[in-house]
Amino acid sequence: MLRYTIRRLIQLVGVVLVLSLLLFAWLRVLPGGPVSALLGDRSTPEKAAELTKQLGLDQPIYLQYFKFLGRALTGDFGVSTGVQPGDSALDIFIQRFPATLELSFFAIAIAIVIGVPLGYLAAKRRGSWFDNASVVGSLIGVAVPVFFLAFVLKGLASSALGLPSSGRQDAIDATRVTGFFTLDGMITGEWDATFNALVHLILPSIALATIPFAVIFRITRAAVLDVLDEDFVRTAESKGLTAPVIRRRHVLRNAMLPVVTTIGLQTGALLSGAVLTEKVFGFPGVGEALAIGFERRDYPVLLLLIIMATSVYVVVNLLVDLSYALIDPRIRTR
Amino acid sequence: MCNGYGRRPHREMCGLSKGCLMVHSVTARRRWVAAIGFLSVSALALSGCAQSQRDSGGGGKEGGTLTFGAAGAPKLFDPFYATDGETFRVARQMYEGLVGFKPGTAEVEPALATKWESSSDAKTWTFTLKEGVKFHDGTAFNAEAVCFNFERWYNQKGAGQSDAVSQYWLDNFGGFKDTPDKPSLYKSCTAKDAKTAVIELAEVNSQFPDVLGFTSFSMSSPEALKKYDADNVQAAGDAFTYPAYANEHPTGTGPFKFSKYDKANNTVELVRNDDYWGTKAKLDKIVFKIIPDETARKQAIKAGDIDGYDLPNAADWAGLKSDGFNVAIRPAFNVFYMGINQKNNPKLADLKVRQALQYAINREQLVKSQLPEGAKVATQFMPDTVAGYNKDLKAVPYDLDKAKSLLAEAGASDLTLKFYWPSEVTRPYMPSPKDLFGAISGDLQKAGIKIDVVTKPWNGGYLTDVDQGIPDLFLLGWTGDNGQPVNWVGTFFGRTDNRFHTGVSAWGKTLADDLAKANAEPDKDKRKSLYEDLNKRIMEEYLPAIPISHSPPALVLKSDIKGVVPSPLTDEKFGSASKG
Repeated sequence: MLRYTIRRLIQLVGVVLVLSLLLFAWLRVLPGGPVSALLGDRSTPEKAAELTKQLGLDQPIYLQYFKFLGRALTGDFGVSTGVQPGDSALDIFIQRFPATLELSFFAIAIAIVIGVPLGYLAAKRRGSWFDNASVVGSLIGVAVPVFFLAFVLKGLASSALGLPSSGRQDAIDATRVTGFFTLDGMITGEWDATFNALVHLILPSIALATIPFAVIFRITRAAVLDVLDEDFVRTAESKGLTAPVIRRRHVLRNAMLPVVTTIGLQTGALLSGAVLTEKVFGFPGVGEALAIGFERRDYPVLLLLIIMATSVYVVVNLLVDLSYALIDPRIRTR
Repeated sequence: MCNGYGRRPHREMCGLSKGCLMVHSVTARRRWVAAIGFLSVSALALSGCAQSQRDSGGGGKEGGTLTFGAAGAPKLFDPFYATDGETFRVARQMYEGLVGFKPGTAEVEPALATKWESSSDAKTWTFTLKEGVKFHDGTAFNAEAVCFNFERWYNQKGAGQSDAVSQYWLDNFGGFKDTPDKPSLYKSCTAKDAKTAVIELAEVNSQFPDVLGFTSFSMSSPEALKKYDADNVQAAGDAFTYPAYANEHPTGTGPFKFSKYDKANNTVELVRNDDYWGTKAKLDKIVFKIIPDETARKQAIKAGDIDGYDLPNAADWAGLKSDGFNVAIRPAFNVFYMGINQKNNPKLADLKVRQALQYAINREQLVKSQLPEGAKVATQFMPDTVAGYNKDLKAVPYDLDKAKSLLAEAGASDLTLKFYWPSEVTRPYMPSPKDLFGAISGDLQKAGIKIDVVTKPWNGGYLTDVDQGIPDLFLLGWTGDNGQPVNWVGTFFGRTDNRFHTGVSAWGKTLADDLAKANAEPDKDKRKSLYEDLNKRIMEEYLPAIPISHSPPALVLKSDIKGVVPSPLTDEKFGSASKG
């Protein structure tokens, strides 16, 4: 188990290196660049050439890459040119990652809390109106683009319920400890700060939750359906076990494996959904930084954030693999 | 305190199989009903909480806070190194210069200097300073402080000399002390006494002293500049890093003081300067909330998250007005033009061909159908509020036949032009590049010109290609910094290696030289008539590009925000603003 984990982590290092090289080259062959972003419509050919030289962007890409790698080893991933000009890319990641984690946590929690029970119920009553309605509902959840749903949510919920539709927190006096605004308030006793942050999380996390909800619902339903047809369920019934016991010990437990895999994959994928959601809700997380970074060709920030997002994805998948052992005893003993 | 959230952790157990089973012992129908019940109770609890939150905030603490939706993060807070609108907007509230602009105009008025006079050769300027002014750190503003600021600007070193850093100095004052190949307009500053500063210029310049009204040339506290290492700008890899002064300790004399920049929450907070020398600000606080997405800003003002934002999409003006918002339309202080690059296609170096392009574009129609209310057809490369605007120039009318015959005369009936338009951008002068391009290219095609369409993202190749002279035609514009003509035609055609490559034609050099002469003319009236003449020649003899329109940019505010005067320079100050 430990060796397996270590091997996977070493693979991650390889993935990150290859990815950084590809990204580095790819970002630099994209048309445009930080120079035109920095100078804007006041640029002149002469000014642009001078700045290109000053920033070292006129050097061969491989040279630029090795310099970048050398600096990266010392923890210097470069300085932002567009998202928060002048701040280090690493600082931007550190500031914004908690926001995205917080948002993703609430989104995935909503998706699980609603998706798993609903999927289970739908499977138990296959063919009923409830089943059909929720299948259609989940299809809509997958099909409706996040930004559209976000607009609807903002338009309706925001005006009807008075929920805030942008930002992470109002500009209130709040002490920052961990960067997780909901936690910070609990730690410092500033409950109004926690509450304010929670209220700001409602709409974006619902918007972000729709796709994982729909996927989790469908996988749960399918998995439970599969298990219900299994021989051991019939055996359990025939030997007189009560329905709750069968559900808990036999059906749910066996159906959980694919569900947990899905939850893991969806958690990883949330980051890509977060780009849209965060942009639409003006939520200052990693996703929003990616969106602005692309618009303004902020190479250092894009590079670091994409690498970090990939690493998170890989690590989450590793955790999912490890969790199989907890759910399925057969894997543990192997 | 609202306990709506208190029940949640218990329910969240359901995600992990065990907790969910508790529900299963109830009959199916009751379970379903219970679920709905739970959801609606939660929703009520949430909405109730949100409501009470709002109410409690409406009264005391938030009463005097103006929350403004900014489109981007300010780069820093030191106005001298600022280059973009979002950075200037924040700095402007905290800083003041020797001169300012009369609210709602591009006319200069006294600010930290009560009056000024120049020597007869217009190279020596004596400024009399306001007395009793203090910087935010409590130190006194005086002539020594003025000279300290000028010397600081003039003595920039290393990365501080870069175009991306000290752009406004380079554009307006030229070089620095240690750049002999790039001379500076600035020569010296002497503190004659505490309230008299004398500034010597190396040559005559029409923009002086108006240029001192730019936010870039605001006065900073010398103590704070020294203490927080203000000049320590470093080129770091692909970008620049700025010192503590620029990031955390901006210290000016303005009606608001810097409070904090909460990066994790994307908000910048300024508080009232209670020791302000003039009329103190009514607001307790200004909060700039950074919301990069335009639609998100619109929804944020509708939801009441923000009190205002800049540059609402012209398509939204009517809707915002009918929703009760104040759409403040500024005087149009910009020009939108179709650039012509003479470098690649020799036909474009022929005046007849360029005139044909001008006749072919139905500008009247374009302004009516594509631009917001208040937009006007441009007769020259500057709006009528700029000194040197030539009133006698009339808009060249739309005349398709004339365009065709001019093309035929020039032997250019079979003309194919590479026409660029930018995506992923809106500018005050160019609200919807795609639609404007559609209208213009349609007109050109009617005149028999073949169009080779290229579109690139603004920052994703468009500006780079335009700078490198790749397109034949392109769409671009300019928002003025001040009411001096050199800021307009001087910027466009003051050099021969510009975006239009006017150097290809012999008159390119003549035009550049004459523009320089006009700028160096010390007499105000003579200067004005020189520019009027130049404007006429530009339009009738040279026509390096086709000026199309002037469009007014807007600012949207909630109806309870009073006292914000829309400025043609888009330099609204919130010192006079009040809420409620």
